[in-house]
Amino acid sequence: MSEQTVTIIIDGQEIQAQEGQSILQAADAAGIYIPRLCYHPDLPPGGHCRVCTVKVNGRPTSSCTFPVSEGLVIENDTEELNLLRRNIIEMMFVEGNHYCPSCEASGNCELQAMGYRLGLLAPTMPYLRRRRDLDASHKDIYVDRDRCILCGRCVRASREVDHKVAFGFEGRGIDKRIAVDGEHSLSESGLAVTDRAAEICPTGCLMVKRKGYQTPVGQRTYDHKPIGSEIEKE
Amino acid sequence: MTEAEIIKQIVDQFGKDRSRLMDIVRTAHAKLGYLSEETIGRIHSALGIHRVEVRDMVSFYAFFSRKPEGKTVIRLCNAVVERMKGADEIAKAFEEAVGCKFGQTSADGAISLKYTACIGMSDQAPAALVNGVPLTNLRPEDVPKVVAAIRSGKGPESLKQAEVDNNLLQPGPVIFAPSERGEALRAAVNRTPEEVITEINKARLRGRGGAGFPTAMKWDFCRKAKADEHFVICNADEGEPGTFKDRVILTSQADLVFEGMTVAGYAVGAKQGFLYLRAEYEYLLPHLENVLAKRRRLGLLGKDLCGREGVDFEIRIQLGAGAYVCGEESALIESLEGKRGAPRDRPPFPVQKGYRNQPTSVNNVETLCCAARILEKGADWFSKIGTKDSTGTKLLSVSGDCKHPGVFEVEYGVTVEKILEAVGAEDAQAVQMGGPSGQCLAPKDFGRSISFEDLPTGGSVMIFGPQRDLLECMYQFTEFFAEESCGWCVPCRVGTTLLLKKMDKILEDRGTRGDLEQLQSIANTVKTMSRCGLGQTAANPILSTLQNFSSLYEERLKPDDFIPAFDLSKALEEACAITGRKPELEEKHV
Repeated sequence: MSEQTVTIIIDGQEIQAQEGQSILQAADAAGIYIPRLCYHPDLPPGGHCRVCTVKVNGRPTSSCTFPVSEGLVIENDTEELNLLRRNIIEMMFVEGNHYCPSCEASGNCELQAMGYRLGLLAPTMPYLRRRRDLDASHKDIYVDRDRCILCGRCVRASREVDHKVAFGFEGRGIDKRIAVDGEHSLSESGLAVTDRAAEICPTGCLMVKRKGYQTPVGQRTYDHKPIGSEIEKE
Repeated sequence: MTEAEIIKQIVDQFGKDRSRLMDIVRTAHAKLGYLSEETIGRIHSALGIHRVEVRDMVSFYAFFSRKPEGKTVIRLCNAVVERMKGADEIAKAFEEAVGCKFGQTSADGAISLKYTACIGMSDQAPAALVNGVPLTNLRPEDVPKVVAAIRSGKGPESLKQAEVDNNLLQPGPVIFAPSERGEALRAAVNRTPEEVITEINKARLRGRGGAGFPTAMKWDFCRKAKADEHFVICNADEGEPGTFKDRVILTSQADLVFEGMTVAGYAVGAKQGFLYLRAEYEYLLPHLENVLAKRRRLGLLGKDLCGREGVDFEIRIQLGAGAYVCGEESALIESLEGKRGAPRDRPPFPVQKGYRNQPTSVNNVETLCCAARILEKGADWFSKIGTKDSTGTKLLSVSGDCKHPGVFEVEYGVTVEKILEAVGAEDAQAVQMGGPSGQCLAPKDFGRSISFEDLPTGGSVMIFGPQRDLLECMYQFTEFFAEESCGWCVPCRVGTTLLLKKMDKILEDRGTRGDLEQLQSIANTVKTMSRCGLGQTAANPILSTLQNFSSLYEERLKPDDFIPAFDLSKALEEACAITGRKPELEEKHV
């Protein structure tokens, strides 16, 4: 990898970045948080959620996929972009069937946390109320598609980290869903509870069984600090 | 032969090559009629890839069925122009004659009825594909005869409706002027590849797909990208509703297309080209293969072209399987590699990393024809046609409410008004320029000119007469995008469906000002945040009518501060009808 240093400007602030980094990686390293959901530092970027969209020289693009180069001028923390990001988070809430108060992931859920961070109080977009299947056939793991945001992290983690193909996509458009590599169900997929794919879901869609509600309220990941504070410079 | 043997044979026929999955699946589908989970399982084991990968690909394309289908599949086009021309009546006639509803198969298993998006026949609508054979200018009274003929075992080719007119109403000097086969290629190989690119650059040729990227620059980037191989792809996946000009080019100027591809191959340093043909044009395949065979015989394709040692180029035609998004160049490449047609993130661009991650130039059918003409007749000749920033001619596919629908080759710079005069549509209420992904123009814009500097267009021109409910048409366009969204990214996948819900509420006269504001906000989000061109333009029908025809929305709004999205009375309608009660909800619940 090239070690060439380039300078980019995010919201008026000059930062140094390494060639080969994405804008999002460079911002992380500099302590600037760009909201994101489908991105995970251990995986190649997916470009699914579009929450990390920034404007590069005036053009909107996903910062997780866009490579840095000398002199890029980037808008990130603007009212316009944060509103658009909030709209996308709201779309995820009305697309699935999310019941935060009873969900095991509540408090640790990145979708919920991002909703709070971006000031989404209650969805105003029409709910789609679609039937979304649950698969609890696996002895250790279940897939509750009500909570799936199609971020594809499990698909990428299974392939890139676990070197399996336990997950894939199926269908298109609003009918697109997470598919498992089996004729009938997840139990046939070769997914193991120790797999990275089993613990990388940002919501409560892909969950390890018999672990729910173990962390008391008050000690959950986002109980005290908003999502992103682990990256942001004080 | 057992099914397992059939699948093994098909997989072997395509060299057990994972990247040929599209052809493997197409062939299996044609042979078996549908793709059961068992068939998918057999393909995955024979090919040595995961089951979920096969299912992923198969489930993406509209022309693959995973349930048993009738021996004959009738796909009636119900796009906007087709419905204006009476597709709904044709549908009713088919349902009566076949004895089942659309989306179903007749009880005897003979015929399945399906709807499909634009099949490139808007100039002779209503039209349908019967096992891939287009039937055009359908009238309700023809339908029983068509169905009877199919039932009696006659092939659809034998029907008198199985005739596709070119409707080339205005040939121009570039695309449809007579040309000598091989002349452009000979002119090309007599220069260096760099000189070919310089000539194209001098002609100021820009891509005809709508985006208008300079062709010479694309070729130059591709040529200069260092790699083992380079590729050229001709994008013949014209799926934009209301477009059919590539159909006419491929029918009557196929040689020119292949000539352009071969010139492009020489220029960028590619030995292999692909023509990605939309599944709806499968009926053109035998003709195109014939033209390719003739070119091979004449030494214009294959090894040592025009007798020049080492100048090799081959062309393979890849059929699609029903997905509009594959017209987007990176989605097309994914599809060509045997995967779902999901666009890629850019950068890298296809000219850097395209097919098999090698530098690839993807060009529109019409662009490649122009390139061949430039080599044949010179950049000076070409750049004298059109305007300064838009040289040459543009093909327009004109359909909708006009006297003369068809293909027109016009010089860039012509006004919308002039086109409307030529086709006999002086009373147009609106013109959909560039298809649903373009913009809906009001009469105030009819003086504007077709050019990259004013109104860029891929060529679809749909005319709406004064009698049309314009917002209803925009709703149908949005339905099309929701149907064709690949689902990769949230704003397009969810946003298009939400746009439908909001439009629906307004069209049902239940919308408030708040609904209109939210419609605008969702539309902006879809446009700004989506990953590819499909999503970025999916809100255009709504956004351009909000801008140009705002009163049509305003007059439908209710003065109420809030009307719930959920219509209780409507939800109870059926129950009330059964029990004989009246809903009477208005007084009690509001």
